[in-house]
Amino acid sequence: MKPAPFKYHAPTTVDEVVGLLAEHGYDAKILAGGQSLIPTMNFRLAQPAVLIDINAVSELAYIKSNGDGGLRVGALARHAEAEHSRLVAEVAPLVHATMPLIAHPQIRNRGTLCGSLAHADPASELPAVLVALQGRVRASRQGGSRWIAAEEFFQGIFTTALEPDELLAEAAFPPLPSRSGWAIQEVARRHGDFALAGAVAVVQVDEGGTCTAARLVFFGVGEGPVLARQAGAALVGAEPTEQRIADAAALAANNDVPTPHEDIHASSAYRRHLVEVLGRRALSQAFARATAEER
Amino acid sequence: MTTRYFGQRIKRNEDPVLLSGRALFTDDVHLPDMLHVAFVRSDHAHGRIVSIDVEAAREREGVVAVYTAADLGDYWQPGPLLVPPPPIEGIVFNARTQVPLAKDKVRHVGEPIAMVVAESRYIAEDAVEDIFVEIEPLPAVVDMEKALEPDAPLIHEDLDSNLAAHVVQTKGDYEKAKAEADVVIRRRFYYNHGIAAAMENRGMVAHWDAKTQHLTMWDTTQAPIAIRNGLAAMLGLSTSQVRVIAPFIGGGFGPKIMMFYPEEVLIPWAAMKLNRPVKWIEDRRENFFATTHERDQIHWAEIALTKEGRILGVKDTFLHDTGAYDPYGLTVPINSQCTLLGCYDVPNYYSEFKAVFTNKTLVTPYRGAGRQHGVFVMERLLDIAARELGLDRNEIRRRNFIPPDKFPYNNEIIYQDFVPLVYDSGNYEPALNKALELIGYEQFVKEEQPRLRAEGKHVGIGVVAYVEGTGIGPYEGARVQIESNGMVNVATGIGTQGQGHFTSFAQVVADQLGVDVRKIRMVTGDTAEFHWGTGTFASRGAVVAGNAIHAAAAAVRQKILKLASQELEVAEEDLELGDGKVWVRGVPDTAIDLGTLAVKANPLRGAVKPGTEPGLEATAYFGPERGATANGVHAMIVEVDPETATVQIKRYVTVHDCGRVINPLILDGQIHGGIAQGIGNAFYERIIYDDNGQLLTASFMDYLIPTAMEVPPIEIDHVETPSPLNPLGTKGAGEAGAIPTGALFAQAIEDALAEYNLEIREIPLSPNRLFELIQEAKAKKGGA
Amino acid sequence: MSEQMTIRVTINGKAYERTVEPRLLLSDFLRHECDLTGTHVGCEHGVCGACTVLFDGLPVRSCLMFAVQAHGHEVTTVEGLAPEAPERLHPLQEAFWEAHGLQCGFCTPGFLMTLVPFLEQNPNPSDEEIREAIAGNLCRCTGYQHIVSAVKLAAAKMHPDPSLRETR
Repeated sequence: MKPAPFKYHAPTTVDEVVGLLAEHGYDAKILAGGQSLIPTMNFRLAQPAVLIDINAVSELAYIKSNGDGGLRVGALARHAEAEHSRLVAEVAPLVHATMPLIAHPQIRNRGTLCGSLAHADPASELPAVLVALQGRVRASRQGGSRWIAAEEFFQGIFTTALEPDELLAEAAFPPLPSRSGWAIQEVARRHGDFALAGAVAVVQVDEGGTCTAARLVFFGVGEGPVLARQAGAALVGAEPTEQRIADAAALAANNDVPTPHEDIHASSAYRRHLVEVLGRRALSQAFARATAEER
Repeated sequence: MTTRYFGQRIKRNEDPVLLSGRALFTDDVHLPDMLHVAFVRSDHAHGRIVSIDVEAAREREGVVAVYTAADLGDYWQPGPLLVPPPPIEGIVFNARTQVPLAKDKVRHVGEPIAMVVAESRYIAEDAVEDIFVEIEPLPAVVDMEKALEPDAPLIHEDLDSNLAAHVVQTKGDYEKAKAEADVVIRRRFYYNHGIAAAMENRGMVAHWDAKTQHLTMWDTTQAPIAIRNGLAAMLGLSTSQVRVIAPFIGGGFGPKIMMFYPEEVLIPWAAMKLNRPVKWIEDRRENFFATTHERDQIHWAEIALTKEGRILGVKDTFLHDTGAYDPYGLTVPINSQCTLLGCYDVPNYYSEFKAVFTNKTLVTPYRGAGRQHGVFVMERLLDIAARELGLDRNEIRRRNFIPPDKFPYNNEIIYQDFVPLVYDSGNYEPALNKALELIGYEQFVKEEQPRLRAEGKHVGIGVVAYVEGTGIGPYEGARVQIESNGMVNVATGIGTQGQGHFTSFAQVVADQLGVDVRKIRMVTGDTAEFHWGTGTFASRGAVVAGNAIHAAAAAVRQKILKLASQELEVAEEDLELGDGKVWVRGVPDTAIDLGTLAVKANPLRGAVKPGTEPGLEATAYFGPERGATANGVHAMIVEVDPETATVQIKRYVTVHDCGRVINPLILDGQIHGGIAQGIGNAFYERIIYDDNGQLLTASFMDYLIPTAMEVPPIEIDHVETPSPLNPLGTKGAGEAGAIPTGALFAQAIEDALAEYNLEIREIPLSPNRLFELIQEAKAKKGGA
Repeated sequence: MSEQMTIRVTINGKAYERTVEPRLLLSDFLRHECDLTGTHVGCEHGVCGACTVLFDGLPVRSCLMFAVQAHGHEVTTVEGLAPEAPERLHPLQEAFWEAHGLQCGFCTPGFLMTLVPFLEQNPNPSDEEIREAIAGNLCRCTGYQHIVSAVKLAAAKMHPDPSLRETR
């Protein structure tokens, strides 16, 4: 299990990175944390001709608060940094709570948040979190950059809106408005494994306790993060009672989520069942947080 | 003799080098000019090799050689039959053993086809991608039941079916017993016992020294002496020209006793042919295909009982998947057949199995070695019977335990060691009582469980019992020698894979010789140090090698006493040994240290009495007449979330009886590790093939080994019933923890989900499977 | 032969300069180029944790890094924990020895390298925290129980002030 040969570049600035991407495009892969890429290369399932290692691009190594009170993470921000960051805990508690679910400490010491997003593994948590929070990513290429909304960014299994000459330079997680709540729930075979199914809920209530917004996103059950629009719409405008939450979760399982895939660990039926159970649990927990919150 | 070390929880002699990263494992052997090997392995489960094009690979820079079966000439031979079939009347056994490189046909995915030797493993893997093998695919034989259908494709075309073996063993007359029974229960059971997945993959380094005409091979084997003997024969060398070293081994668990793996045949051959050291280290992906599995059996089992729950008889018919070849004979299915009887007095038994060739990796023993399959069937039958008869699950076991006064107990069938299955000793009820007490059974079922159930929690308890045939023959040997500096050298032929032999064996010697346990230098698994032996398997190290070492040490003790009595001019009975010295009892200043005595025992000039052997050294062998039977009870409390179908272990208790214990600390570790593997087997690990014989679980991302989060703290207690079959009174313990866990999971989960009335008849489980079982139960309930 | 690069890596405080292919895994570099064979390789796909080393002080899987990425960085391997070993061991190694936290010893260096920084950050861990910290390291022999005991023991050895430890 040794990787095939490749040409290695270790640029130190974003300009150099996008220059190399412009030159090599389809032949090149960005190496950030490498925690998904290198195993694939060791199995020789991926044999990129060129690796552009961005670990020395210090301008990408940041986690900072955004002007809007949200969070911005550069392409070199590692999971472990977010996990131990007070700032992340304050402005993006959902992101913070997600970190311990991602693999194990050694992986989180190398792995990056932007890498998780760019890799777009359908079973991974962060893409769903980004969609639930209505975050965006910034793609840089030679001569400029563009922001891409989360919902447009994830296009399928390991597929994103990034062009071959683009670098995912940073991600932005907007702040949670007041009286909002969040939750992430998943079932994995073992601690730290990719989820068989998972649900992220971000909700908001008004002073009277009526739901004003609800976003429920699933991972591990589709080709990417699956936003349950009907379930969300069904909750808005009413008080989130136990029954309404259960109905919304059932709606998500039956209408919003296309037939989940089947693999050696979970049947389609089991995944659909988990969508309902985890959807309900995530919504309940999120509403409980929203109601408890007085900000 | 005062016993000082035997039975003590002393820390291990081998640990400092292991802890500091200074121990030698096979892949740590670096030799100048060493070459590296990678294999082209079959992508097809079953097919005919049409052509192999190795030209591009041979031309690649850094590639030294590429070999296919055609290049091996006469050296190409099917491997030896490692375990011949036991002498059972009417037995059918078709031996078809693995080949070094596939010649005409491939019979499982991962079977080696070509061997690349290159300057680095990286280059060797590049060259593997250059090689084109054209294979005409044949339909794959994957399903055991379909394999025996008349129109099934033949894996070995010289046979008229895919039948590898057919064995019937009986005790008494089951049909007669059945006719007298109040209750007869019949069920189909499925048990799949995955793979060992030792953390260290296999590997070997071979070095041929052309000047001395000597071959050295470092090999991750559990049986270095047998490898040495076989290699010498295959390569046309004397055994004195071959040295096989099994250095520190990163876990064995059974598959590393298998021989000869194709790589074991090819690596030393290539080293001789190329006259350069050659290394092959299996990678994890290869390990899934190329190292043996244990896998599955299907049982159709029947139990006949009185209404009081007394067993009148058991009938079991099963299919055993042996994979593409069967060099390890029938050890696994015979173990299943024999261990099924468990702790119980079963007067009538009919057991019949067919072993079946399939287009899958070979099946050989992995920790438990078929025992779990048998235990699962029997324990499940008893649980179902208890339910049907309205009996407590512990009570039905109690009523059928073999009573202590019935030992030795003859089961009247032949065991894996070719002799009748006779339990040497046992006392089963105290183990059950202790386990129930330790887990607080009464309190749990009467108070805690009802209370938690009222809170909406799904908690359940399981209690199961098992026996383990251990410490079988044929024999092991050891040499014990006191050196002139007072150090004690001990050499034995078996290899060690983490069992603490450097310490437990040293404890046995230290007690005999009265020396510090830290002054004993153990060598295991080096054929240059000890010439005879069979290997580490069947939980036999402490029993067979332990007793050989004990005998050798006792003989050295006799030599010490004899020589000292001459030197000190007193009777041997008046001497005492301790602190590395010998002295006249009550006269400490007569003490001679053993090193000095060792020098006296090896005079350089002068004369000795005729018949005198030099040195304070002795070699001894031990071969038990048959194996020793250990036993135990495991109990567990689980909580199940019926919505997500996930299971959490709340408590795990085991009470174990393996006779006299040399080092309880090491024993606890063995039990913990066995249970962790049992938990993996019961709920996490599963080898999955698709209909084409493709292995779908060939990585640690898909084959799920439990982590520290999935294995709970384990509470251990012991019962000690010494074995009368060996002087130390020991029984084996290596496999015990892993054996009953599947049965335990089934019972505990059923109990936790009592409202669904599940009947679990298969292992492994998973959240997905449990979800399906719950859905089925709900549908049945709804439909009823 | 593909392109080669000369790299300088500080390992256990000592500078190593080697010329390697970019694709050489850090684990292979340590083991086969620098002869630091205490770091073991169990899966080469980032699951088993046997190859864990400290990279600039943090535990990482050395099979999921290329040696060229270590150029100019510091790596600590198990050989660096106790320079006078095996005669003198690190307190964590001592605790593993005393508590029988290892059997075959193959996974052990990975556990040690995961746990040394863990205990520095969390001198008084609970059983649950210990289990979570080692969940990225597979052990097939011990069932983890004696490893957990060893970590508790090490915590006591390394931070002997009882006021810093609650009794659990």
